[in-house]
Amino acid sequence: MTPARPVHRRAPFALLLPALLGLAFLVLPLVGLLIRAPWSDLPRQLTTPEVWEALRLSLVCATAATGLSLLLGVPLAWLLARTEFPGRRFVRALVTLPLVLPPVVGGVALLLVLGRNGIFGRWLDSAFGITLPFHTSGVVLAEAFVAMPFLVISVEGALRAADPRYEEAAATLGASRLTAFRRVTLPLIAPGIAAGSVLAWARALGEFGATITFAGNFPGTTQTMPLAVYLAMESEPEAAIALSLVLLTVSIAVLAGLRGRWMSGS
Amino acid sequence: MSITVRRTALAVTALALAAGLTACSSSSDSPSAASSSASGPKLSGTVTVFAAASLKESFTELGKKFETAYPGVTVKFNFGGSSALAQSIVSGAPADVFAAASPATMKTVTDAKAATDPKVFVRNTLTIAVPKGNPKHIAALKDLAGAGYKVALCAKEVPCGAAAVTALKAAEVNLTPVTLEQDVKGALTKVELGEVDASLVYKTDVIADAAKIDGVDFPEAAKAVNDYPIAALAKAPNADGAAAFTAYIQSADARRVLTAAGFQAP
Repeated sequence: MTPARPVHRRAPFALLLPALLGLAFLVLPLVGLLIRAPWSDLPRQLTTPEVWEALRLSLVCATAATGLSLLLGVPLAWLLARTEFPGRRFVRALVTLPLVLPPVVGGVALLLVLGRNGIFGRWLDSAFGITLPFHTSGVVLAEAFVAMPFLVISVEGALRAADPRYEEAAATLGASRLTAFRRVTLPLIAPGIAAGSVLAWARALGEFGATITFAGNFPGTTQTMPLAVYLAMESEPEAAIALSLVLLTVSIAVLAGLRGRWMSGS
Repeated sequence: MSITVRRTALAVTALALAAGLTACSSSSDSPSAASSSASGPKLSGTVTVFAAASLKESFTELGKKFETAYPGVTVKFNFGGSSALAQSIVSGAPADVFAAASPATMKTVTDAKAATDPKVFVRNTLTIAVPKGNPKHIAALKDLAGAGYKVALCAKEVPCGAAAVTALKAAEVNLTPVTLEQDVKGALTKVELGEVDASLVYKTDVIADAAKIDGVDFPEAAKAVNDYPIAALAKAPNADGAAAFTAYIQSADARRVLTAAGFQAP
């Protein structure tokens, strides 16, 4: 089962050149960000309360959106992986749709359904006085909408890879299906859930289109880091670069945290 | 099992790609086709105009008139928040003409030597946009500060937001909006959708959307009048077209259209 040792030969030029171009294409913009960063001015740029407000809001919302995705997404993944029902393939396609849907379309759709005049939003407003747009909960919903599919796909894959016979064994020993899920399945697929959570969290952190469309833009309530970067770019590019550096640092931290899990290629 | 997952993902991706491709091909007008039928002296090709969002209706009409006056010329518009437009011009966007909603945003462009000698061609004042029939009986600026009102303003980076700050200061009204929009049309749409109760927009925007929106004038608006400058850009790909369009916007013919839209003469 040991993998064949790669034979060391010169990579053909026709592959090497586009490969290096591709590498440069992905890395150079980030290098540019570092070169153009207003390093001397950076402490002043990054210590303004607005930056911390936006960063705090981003971290809180991304974490809440991941939590919501876990709460709803893991059972959804289980449903897709472990049960048979008519139209299951169609349901899976629907679940993956937000992956490829432009987030701004998601924002428009959310606004039409959950906005103050939306199909459900109207009822939420009149019955409970709850309006989701322009509120931090709106940001969480918008982020969960775009991030949850990442978690569902990841967890579903883990479920399919996990041997169902362990669950069957638990069932023959008298465990209910729910107990088997809690005590056997969840520990089995924990790595998949962790990986899916990180993916969803990172996606939520970078969410822009659905957030600005559905939740609006106000510092401290709905203005997350990507929105702050976008608006700063219009008036104060240095501030936008500084904010981008913060997001870049967070992204690198996420990758570093995943190093053991993914960077090794397993 | 994982093959079906992959196939679904592939199908969805293919669908999304196809949608994107058709969208691209349908929007690719060929300027060469237009210029080949040119009969005017030397004007031909496409004139690309970056204009403030509040100019959308009047400039679209003026663009058509300009195309009629100069057969063979196509006018293409990019409407948006003046600050974002100014930023993209400074960053090298291939535009011929810039029409801004404030001298401050035009200054971004002239400071970068991307244009010289801008001319003010109209002025615009703010008004309170409310849903048709003014269901919440808003009569003055100070009403908006009352509890229970949701108000959208433009972000202070864009001209309508800067004017709103000036007007609110003049009226000594302390107002916390629920969202800060990227351009004036965004603030107007939030009223149209019923997501907010009012927003501060230009008089011209209310006139353009009279079927769904009512305007409530307030005296402090006189202290926040915005001058609209226009300039042909230094690096205009179509310099002759840029000069002709800029001159046309300042003509008596164009003035009639702009006045009918609610703009004031400078």
